[in-house]
Amino acid sequence: MAAQALHTLATSLATAWRNTVWFLRGVLGADAYQHYLAHQARVHPGAEPMSERAFWKDRMDWEDRNPQGRCC
Amino acid sequence: MTESSAPTTGLPPTAVDPEVAEQEDRKWTPGKIVLWAVIALVGGIAWAILAISRGETINAIWFVFAAVCTYLIAYRFYSKFIERKITRPDDTRATPAEYNNNGRDFMPTDRRVLFGHHFAAIAGAGPLVGPVLAAQMGYLPGTVWIIIGVVLAGAVQDYLVMFFSMRRGGRSLGQMAREELGIVGGTAALLATLMIMIIIVAILALVVVNALGESAWGVYSVALTIPIALFMGVYLRFLRPGRVLEVSVIGFALLMFAIISGRWVAESAWGAELFTLDRTTIAWAIIIYGFVAAVLPVWLLLAPRDYLSTFMKIGVIALLAIAIVVVRPEISVPAFSEFAGREDGPVVPGSLFPFLFVTIACGALSGFHALISSGTTPKLVEKERQTRFLGYGGMLMESFVAIMALVAAISIDRGIYFAMNSSAAVTGGTVEGAVQFVNSLGLMGVSLTPEALTTLAENVGEESVVSRTGGAPTLAVGIATIMNQWFGGPAMMGFWYHFAIMFEALFILTAVDAGTRVARFMLQDTIGNFIPRFKDTSWRPGAWLCTAIMVAGWGYILILGVTDPLGGINTFFPLFGIANQLLAAIALAVVMAIVAKRGTFKYLWVVVLPLAFAAVVTITASLYKIFSPVPAVGYWAQHNAFRQALADGQTSFGTATSVEAMEAVVRNTFVQGTLSIVFMVLTIIVITMAVVATVKSYRTRGVPENEDPRVESRIYAPSGLISTPAEKELEAQWKALPPERQPVRGRH
Repeated sequence: MAAQALHTLATSLATAWRNTVWFLRGVLGADAYQHYLAHQARVHPGAEPMSERAFWKDRMDWEDRNPQGRCC
Repeated sequence: MTESSAPTTGLPPTAVDPEVAEQEDRKWTPGKIVLWAVIALVGGIAWAILAISRGETINAIWFVFAAVCTYLIAYRFYSKFIERKITRPDDTRATPAEYNNNGRDFMPTDRRVLFGHHFAAIAGAGPLVGPVLAAQMGYLPGTVWIIIGVVLAGAVQDYLVMFFSMRRGGRSLGQMAREELGIVGGTAALLATLMIMIIIVAILALVVVNALGESAWGVYSVALTIPIALFMGVYLRFLRPGRVLEVSVIGFALLMFAIISGRWVAESAWGAELFTLDRTTIAWAIIIYGFVAAVLPVWLLLAPRDYLSTFMKIGVIALLAIAIVVVRPEISVPAFSEFAGREDGPVVPGSLFPFLFVTIACGALSGFHALISSGTTPKLVEKERQTRFLGYGGMLMESFVAIMALVAAISIDRGIYFAMNSSAAVTGGTVEGAVQFVNSLGLMGVSLTPEALTTLAENVGEESVVSRTGGAPTLAVGIATIMNQWFGGPAMMGFWYHFAIMFEALFILTAVDAGTRVARFMLQDTIGNFIPRFKDTSWRPGAWLCTAIMVAGWGYILILGVTDPLGGINTFFPLFGIANQLLAAIALAVVMAIVAKRGTFKYLWVVVLPLAFAAVVTITASLYKIFSPVPAVGYWAQHNAFRQALADGQTSFGTATSVEAMEAVVRNTFVQGTLSIVFMVLTIIVITMAVVATVKSYRTRGVPENEDPRVESRIYAPSGLISTPAEKELEAQWKALPPERQPVRGRH
């Protein structure tokens, strides 16, 4: 019984942790490369996507030209 | 994406059947009835206690209950009413994120992630500062305005701007103003936006300067954020690209180290000498920093700083909410203070109406949000119905932050509050002077002792807490007071104080560099209409020149504020609020014109109500600032008094003790008075154009809308935080599709 309860607790803690990481990555935009890969696979299937390093470089260059506002 | 490339047949519906949704909304099960009755009852009791309590103290938990219950009811009923009568979203219609998906700024984003993203973009230091300053009037005026204001004004603005921008492909407020109000209204809106950016950056920078002046610990730890951000930038660029969460955690750990080691540095002789800087030096440092940060590539400084700031924002706000609920501080501030009915409050001068409503802008109604709610967030919205949760709900969340800031500010002793927030012009900047001044105010139940001030200064690790105006140090003391009761005791107060100063400085400096950058692009775009070369944002001389112009604009006001003989924050802060409410009036005016165009006249009052209020507040406050004969309130009255004194050959006048100081007052009041006039004229122009546009669309109902053409949606997602049974069922149908037929979208 106790072992089972412990197992349930561990599973729900693991889920909570995964959800938190998923949420924070999303809010910070850390998952941008995964989205890029998915987007490329859909729009240009077969074409070679950028490497992760090249992608982030390109993204930062884009942000250089398109500043995002921050409020007070 | 072409029409033929995606399967259109055999997919589950992309929206819950409107009839089913309606039924779910309207059906009152016993459980639902009990739940809402309890929410209403708890909220009602909390409001009653806040309103009629005249006892010794009141518990802070009632503020939380009053706020949360009101938000829930407003969200469930009022925002739903707006959705049903005004926005009328249609989930079978694709959002710009879906039909324009470019995997970059247009991308369907999970609603919960986008909520966090939107909240991090709208909430900063604003809702933390205004409520602290407004606490001089007692707790009730601020509380009522923050909660009622957000429900009827702030959240309505954010929601409607977001929705209409989404229907227009994510166009910015400026573009919408040009379309709806014509060239005059559009130009006035653009001009107002540029000026507001300058004022907001200047006043926020002034808050940081006041928090860091003569504080070795603060200067050291905030200065360290720059090398920390640079390190994070290099790490992400060259060492481990894309590990954003990892580097944010590392950055956070380094930040904690910066705060903890600050005590050792400040207590050492070399550290105290190196990092104790006067306020003018810090102001110049921030001006130089602002310029450099705005021209450096974003990967090096701006982006990592933004990660750090977002990370801190979510963490700190959650922490503060938990701490208030756990500690439940007792509050001894009266509902209405002596200054609620007077014009001579030492923190911010002016009568309750209209100055309460410009002192607290962010948290109740913030025009600046319209810039984020248009342009940025609408390009990421997955489904139309989600805008209620994102726009209305996001603003309720910011309002809650403002309530927490208010609670933190009123949980400290009133005597200390006034000693910290009265300008050095009246306290002399000394403990004795502050004690004498505060006790001479004749405040009920306040008798300040020098020991109270010196003990507090010692506990938080500062030289002095006298005249630390600007709201940030007061909030930091409030947070330290609450947190140390929960965790660590008085020995930890210094840490919590500097932790609070650190995150406020972090938010503000992020707003300073991002604001300068955005303003530079706007200026380049505007000048580019006359000199095309300026449109090329990668053209260095143009970029540098426009950055320099914007930095000179806010830097000039910052220096004026720092050296103001009358105090700085108390004279400049009203301009910040007026500017912000002016932008709100512009945003609501644009929304009014759009709602009228859609032919929804019967419910136009939903927009007219906050618009009329914002307009009356902005115009009245400006009129006071221009025409009031009371020198503390009217800029020109002050200006003329000091001019006259100079002409009479006097060498000291009021709190100015030299001819130079008197000349500074004459100059500052001239700048402030001129800005007030400009703001008022701009407001009147924009509102006039909006009324003209509204009347025109009443006469010619059904004038063509500026909405983007309808595109059929091919994805589905629930609309609120929690899915309803019908939404869950539909989600399950979409999940059951074979993988090759699943729609691909971002952030899942």
